[in-house]
Amino acid sequence: MNNFSYTQAASTKEATAAKAADKQAAFIGGGTTLIDLMKSDIEEHSLLIDINRLSMLGIENPATGLRIGALERMSDVGEHPLVVQNYPVISQSLLASASPQLRNMASMGGNLLQRTRCGYFRDTAFPCNKRVPGSGCPAQTGDNRTLAILGGSTSCIATHASDLAVALVALEAKLTLESPKGTTRTVPLADFYKLPGSTPNIENHLAPGELITAITVPAAAHARKSHYLKVRDRASYAYALVSAAVGLDVQGGTIRSARVALGGVGTVPWRVPAVEKYLVGKPATEDNFRAAAALAVRDAKPYEHNKFKLELAQRTIVRALLEVA
Amino acid sequence: MEPQFFDQPGGFVGQPIVRVEGREKVTGKAKYSAEFPLPGLTYGVLTTSTIAKGKIMSIETAAAAREPGVIAVLTHQNLPKLVKTPNTPEGKKDTGSQMGFMPLTSDEIFYAAQPVALVVADTLDHAIHAAKLVKVTYQKQEPIASFHDPKAELFDPQKIQDGKADAHTKRGDAKGAFASSAIQLTATYNHPVYNHNPMEPGSTTAVWDAPDRLTVYESTQGVTRTQSTLSAMLGLPREQVRVITKYLGGGFGCKGSMWPHTILTVQAAKAVGRPVKLMLTRPQMFTSMGHREDQAQTVQLGATAEGKITSIVHTKTSTTSPWDNYAESNSKILDMLYATPNFEASYELARANVMTSTFMRAPGEAPGSFAIECSMDDLAYKVGVDPIEIRLRNHADHDYSTGHPWSSKSLKQCYARGAELFGWSKRNPTPGATRDGRFLVGMGMASASYPVHNSQGTARARLYADGHAVVQSGATDLGTGTYTVMTQVAADALGLPLEKVRFELGDTQLPTAPNSGGSVAAGTVSSSVYLAAQDVWQKLIKMAVVDKKSPLYKAKPEDVATEKGRLFLKKDPKKGEAFGDLMKRADMTDIEGMAQGKYGAGYEAASAAANADPAHKDEAAQHAMHSFGAHFCEVRVDMDLGTIRVSKWVSVMGAGRILNAQTARSQIIGGAIFGIGSALMEETVRDQNFSRYTNADLASYHVPVNADIPNITVEFVEEHDPFINAMGVKGIGEISMVGVAAAVGNAVFHATGKRLRDLPLTPDKVLMSGMNS
Repeated sequence: MNNFSYTQAASTKEATAAKAADKQAAFIGGGTTLIDLMKSDIEEHSLLIDINRLSMLGIENPATGLRIGALERMSDVGEHPLVVQNYPVISQSLLASASPQLRNMASMGGNLLQRTRCGYFRDTAFPCNKRVPGSGCPAQTGDNRTLAILGGSTSCIATHASDLAVALVALEAKLTLESPKGTTRTVPLADFYKLPGSTPNIENHLAPGELITAITVPAAAHARKSHYLKVRDRASYAYALVSAAVGLDVQGGTIRSARVALGGVGTVPWRVPAVEKYLVGKPATEDNFRAAAALAVRDAKPYEHNKFKLELAQRTIVRALLEVA
Repeated sequence: MEPQFFDQPGGFVGQPIVRVEGREKVTGKAKYSAEFPLPGLTYGVLTTSTIAKGKIMSIETAAAAREPGVIAVLTHQNLPKLVKTPNTPEGKKDTGSQMGFMPLTSDEIFYAAQPVALVVADTLDHAIHAAKLVKVTYQKQEPIASFHDPKAELFDPQKIQDGKADAHTKRGDAKGAFASSAIQLTATYNHPVYNHNPMEPGSTTAVWDAPDRLTVYESTQGVTRTQSTLSAMLGLPREQVRVITKYLGGGFGCKGSMWPHTILTVQAAKAVGRPVKLMLTRPQMFTSMGHREDQAQTVQLGATAEGKITSIVHTKTSTTSPWDNYAESNSKILDMLYATPNFEASYELARANVMTSTFMRAPGEAPGSFAIECSMDDLAYKVGVDPIEIRLRNHADHDYSTGHPWSSKSLKQCYARGAELFGWSKRNPTPGATRDGRFLVGMGMASASYPVHNSQGTARARLYADGHAVVQSGATDLGTGTYTVMTQVAADALGLPLEKVRFELGDTQLPTAPNSGGSVAAGTVSSSVYLAAQDVWQKLIKMAVVDKKSPLYKAKPEDVATEKGRLFLKKDPKKGEAFGDLMKRADMTDIEGMAQGKYGAGYEAASAAANADPAHKDEAAQHAMHSFGAHFCEVRVDMDLGTIRVSKWVSVMGAGRILNAQTARSQIIGGAIFGIGSALMEETVRDQNFSRYTNADLASYHVPVNADIPNITVEFVEEHDPFINAMGVKGIGEISMVGVAAAVGNAVFHATGKRLRDLPLTPDKVLMSGMNS
């Protein structure tokens, strides 16, 4: 870890201005991922801008949908009755993440910006295009059991690590971003993340100095009937091998709307519109779920050690759908 | 004949006494080896190699040296030279080093994360930062990653375990007997690299008290072994090297020998003229203190149509370092566990760019038991009998590997009691036939065994006239309860209340004790403590019988007994006195006893030699000594998603006298969890192109969390073994995990009808096994 400066921002304006002025600066919320990355020499920052005093709090659920302040802690959101009741997939994805200690510290905004657990990214002795552009991607012919089968490139097949992001992408969540100029914009989370392509070091569309201030999720019937299923190597405190965030609105046995996204298989949280489209208008049966799930991995590219994800992804979708059917 | 320990009426031995050091630990007062605040202490941090094979072309240290607080940047170019390195076979033998190579002695790189520099600074933060600024340029060469590597060359090592075991064993004609057996089963088992990962990482704090006197606060399972290795490498008399380990946060074998970071810290302290502390980081724990080697083993099991074993042929292939022929000896348990008339085993190795592997909890027995106990399960299904029945049919009434009778064996009782506690009779014998919703439910079991390794150790007991005692032995408490059980033994043996006895350990200035490893500590140290107390009593009895004021004046020493701190006539117990009265008359504040306790064959031989009956002598000195046990496991397998959850566990052990019902239970639980981890999730993944680990942290190297572990039922079968040691204690540290992975694998087979032989049984393997049907 390098020496760095530290400042507490009193307002979002102050925070974003400080960040815009220093390319090597970083916002710090809970710090659970940032400090880890700095200690591992994966990221170096000249300045940490503490945003914990900013008023980006609140969990509200007006008729239009859910609004969560970006500084809310994962545990508070995961256990909030409004979320548990109306957006179970969000609650479940949060409570299946990390450990209680980490969830108590980690902020919602920070969770969405966490970086991959790819072993090559996490050890600076390895080449890694995400960490050092142009250095190579040993994962392509190496230990890729946990890595992506969707959205990868010859430069990078690192899996996106967030559970929350999978649930939010499924429910078409939007981020509120505030710029150093004080202007705000909203971006669908699905458009926020960037596929690795030839620049896996750039992971999202944040403009310089921009700060995530809130997350909004539209209200929907499929959100109330939603579920997050995470398959992992141990029962808790492990990243997903495969996860599925699903939501169904079934009326009279027929699916009116469906939302399906996958985690653990994509370089970004992976919504599968083809699966959703297939389901709409059909009876909510296991056979239909299975046929739909097959569409999820049509474009997948498996590697030597992660072929199992092709099958596991489909089964995870089916099982998750059965939970809400 | 050495005296035998008998239970004291109302005694402490065997009772579930809570840890005597528990309060110290939970209040943070207990000082682990990296927690000694020393004046002038400095901090050492390692810079490690980014390549696995090649040469250092240059090291730039100037930038690091310029950083604030940096005291020294040490590399192979400027580190003080050792008197002796382990870099030659003779040097390795003389130093007792586990690894035949010492980093920072040349410019060569043999394995990934090999230390290349050590930065010493005034604070830990300064040292961490400066260590990163050391810039090394390498001439890279293509490494070999494992025996799986097509470039790897397999060879016959002749000897394994550093020459301690033969690479070839043969009894009878195993291959011939296999070829003519009615039932022939052949199976290959694959094991990944495992790392010990004790909670407390390795650490060293080195203080040169004088130019030729060294004190080291070390995180080690054996202060004596560390002392001898340090003294050999430094060319110092042993008594000028003091090693202290008061508390240990686990070891599991990786702290059983001295590793490079220790001597590097000592050299750094020499170089800077101040105390230096170095604590390994968690990632460094994967590349600094050994590992269990990656290995494949093939078992050929021949049997009669009724399932009586006729032959076992076992071969193992594994990865070793560029210098050492280390392989854990899996075959020993296959040789002795069942009545096997013909047996053959052999090992082959491949050198790779990895550090030397080392013993890890139940070395040999853990992977060996997975192979034989899964194969026995296969045999049971092939013959069509219950897995317990197949084991009873092949029960070894004596040790087939040596021909000797057992000193004691309760394996049949373990099967019976375990089956009862577990509810084995409810098991549907057909695999894949028990369902609970979406889960397939399976029940499996396995035998466990672990040998008594011969050992000896010394203890000193000082009894004070005012009724308290200090008992000492240079042993180690891994965290499993040595402090507590030795306090219990001493209290009973000296007839004192528990709180009047203090037991001290973990210092080379105390009487010499063996490493806490190979399950020898409890058996060795308890008998030396007991015998040291007996030495005290013998001295007191001798005093009493010549003391005119003693009621025991002129009694024969052999007619005097002791109990609860009182000396009395055996024939007339009312005639006697308390030791305090005797000592006060003699104006003595305290009295010391000292004794050596033997464990295993040495004890038996000494006892037999002391026995008057020469006919009995030969017989008594030739027992095979093992603990035995049985594990029972229920799993719930989700075949759709590939996940396995252990839902029920029972372990029943016959392991001699149990010194403390609570700490013993905890240790068996710990072994079961350790084994479940190895069965289901633990695996250090080595990139085959870089020969470097890709998951060297506890986020990616999965050990079980609470949610992975069900309630674990533990019971002990009562055993009285007169041949092992004065206490009849066998040791339980290792046997607790022997057979555990097999019990899980057998339960998974019973649940699914799929035999999985490649550990760990992660969801991908379970899923693929279901798809291949």
